[in-house]
Amino acid sequence: MPNETNIEYHVSITTGNSEFLVKNLIEIESLSFKRGERVIYDNISLQIPAGKTTAVMGPSGIGKTTLLKLIGGQLRPDAGDIKFKQESIPSMSRSRLFKVRRQMSMLFQSGALFTEMSVFDNIAYPLREHTQLSEALIETVVLMKLQAVGLRGASKLMPSELSGGMARRAALARAIALDPELIMYDEPFAGQDPISMGVLVKLIKELNNALNLTSVVVTHDVTEVMSIADYVYILADKRIIGAGTPEQIRQSDSDLVQQFLQGKADGPVPFHYPANTLEQEFMGAN
Amino acid sequence: MEWLANLGKSTLDRFAAVGRASYVLAGSLIAVPQLKNVPLTIKQMYVVGVQSLSIIMVSGLFIGMVMALQGYTILVDYGAEGSLGPMVALSILRELGPVVTALLFAGRAGSALTAEIGLMKATEQLSSLEMMAIDPLRRIVAPRLWAGLLSMPMLTVIFSAVGILGGHLVGVEWLGVDAGSYWSIMQSTVEWNADVMNGVIKSIVFAFVVTWIAIFKGYDSVPTSEGISAATTQTVVYSSLAVLGLDFVLTAIMFGIE
Ligand SMILES: Nc1ncnc2c1ncn2[C@@H]1O[C@H](COP(=O)(O)OP(=O)(O)OP(=O)(O)O)[C@@H](O)[C@H]1O
Ligand SMILES: [Mg+2]
Repeated sequence: MPNETNIEYHVSITTGNSEFLVKNLIEIESLSFKRGERVIYDNISLQIPAGKTTAVMGPSGIGKTTLLKLIGGQLRPDAGDIKFKQESIPSMSRSRLFKVRRQMSMLFQSGALFTEMSVFDNIAYPLREHTQLSEALIETVVLMKLQAVGLRGASKLMPSELSGGMARRAALARAIALDPELIMYDEPFAGQDPISMGVLVKLIKELNNALNLTSVVVTHDVTEVMSIADYVYILADKRIIGAGTPEQIRQSDSDLVQQFLQGKADGPVPFHYPANTLEQEFMGAN
Repeated sequence: MEWLANLGKSTLDRFAAVGRASYVLAGSLIAVPQLKNVPLTIKQMYVVGVQSLSIIMVSGLFIGMVMALQGYTILVDYGAEGSLGPMVALSILRELGPVVTALLFAGRAGSALTAEIGLMKATEQLSSLEMMAIDPLRRIVAPRLWAGLLSMPMLTVIFSAVGILGGHLVGVEWLGVDAGSYWSIMQSTVEWNADVMNGVIKSIVFAFVVTWIAIFKGYDSVPTSEGISAATTQTVVYSSLAVLGLDFVLTAIMFGIE
């Protein structure tokens, strides 16, 4: 039975008739983006289906964080379009963009906790800004979110007193504080021990199921993300090298995809940042 | 030919920076009426104002004392040491109070504002506010701008008052100038509008310029450790130069040839 839905679901995406079966929350159409002279994306298209967990994987420095920032409207594409609920993000006015951003939330790779306030206040911040909830209610919500990430006991600590992994989890609690429709997680598992990792994986899955959120998870942890993702995109070399359900990705006969899944340095996916060959480098130094 | 291109580029960069600076200013000044910003502004006034109080008072005291000492040695030759009071008061109220306070404020509070905002940018705190649909210009920059605008004139008044007391300490208590003449001649010479208010107006202008430079340099900094340290230095250098230059212009307007 689950297999069947998977197949249907996949068909819906590849044929582009997404309207029929799965609605896409985000549609990226022939997007190109450059950082200075360096092309990050060359004409890519992808869809994030509503109510599902979509994983984005790819080598370090390939532009995963950039993709999330493009979706969040913090960067503007050089060409192409990004649609959130059919509405083009790059062409929104600033005030409209701010309205739309209330429906999304992002866990930054660095955590980005506010350093001058306690963990509790950090998580209460979006609630105090955007809701009229009473302080008592806010306290309940904040403690519940902290409980979910295992940090209720740390609510009085300042961010500088947290470890890297704890800071990441506190930031995650803040990202889910408002129960947004779309959550973008940038490396939620980095720096977590196996236990917290398991808890976080479950948490992301549960949020997705219980609240019907749409999640985009950027990560390197192939096994973890394959266990929760409904759909996976693998980015490399300025484009999408693999897309499909975890099952399809695993069985993919693409060399690129297999190299990435098995973590081999040699293969079609470049491990190195673009550069001259080693010979050129050393001969040139003469 | 290349220098011409470079000149053109740096001119354009400068104009672009002025544009961005105006944007930061406009974006944060529009944020006045927000009720939530009141407690934030008060908190920042504590940080930039109250915490600068000790350095301002100590400097004011010493400047007043030095002025009295210098003034006395000059005036006593002409038997005019009775005019010590107005001399100390006028130079502090008109010039030294606003200028020295502004320079100290730039070094003490301006640089800290730049570093703080720059670090918030580098650690993606500003981006994460943006993603929460909260405008960092309103929540982070605006309270700091207002705190600077409100604090510095007050600090200037305190500086001047302490300075005049310092002059009294040296002139009257130590060098033996008659206390009555120190105060009464000062009272009859110093004018409220021409001297006191002009000093306050100067300090308001300086407060505006120093705080604007400080927040803009932080907001516009390159988000790395070198970028932030460069921005902090620039804040102190630019605001000091701006204060000294503007002081000349303002003095020419206020006290120039009638
Ligand atoms: N502010 C910036 N200015 C210029 N180039 C940048 C900037 N930020 C990132 N880049 C470049 O853009 C590319 C993509 O960066 P991005 O942060 O999106 O990578 P990533 O896929 O998230 O990598 P990682 O997995 O290591 O986090 C990198 O090659 C980087 O050099
Ligand atoms: Mg990244």
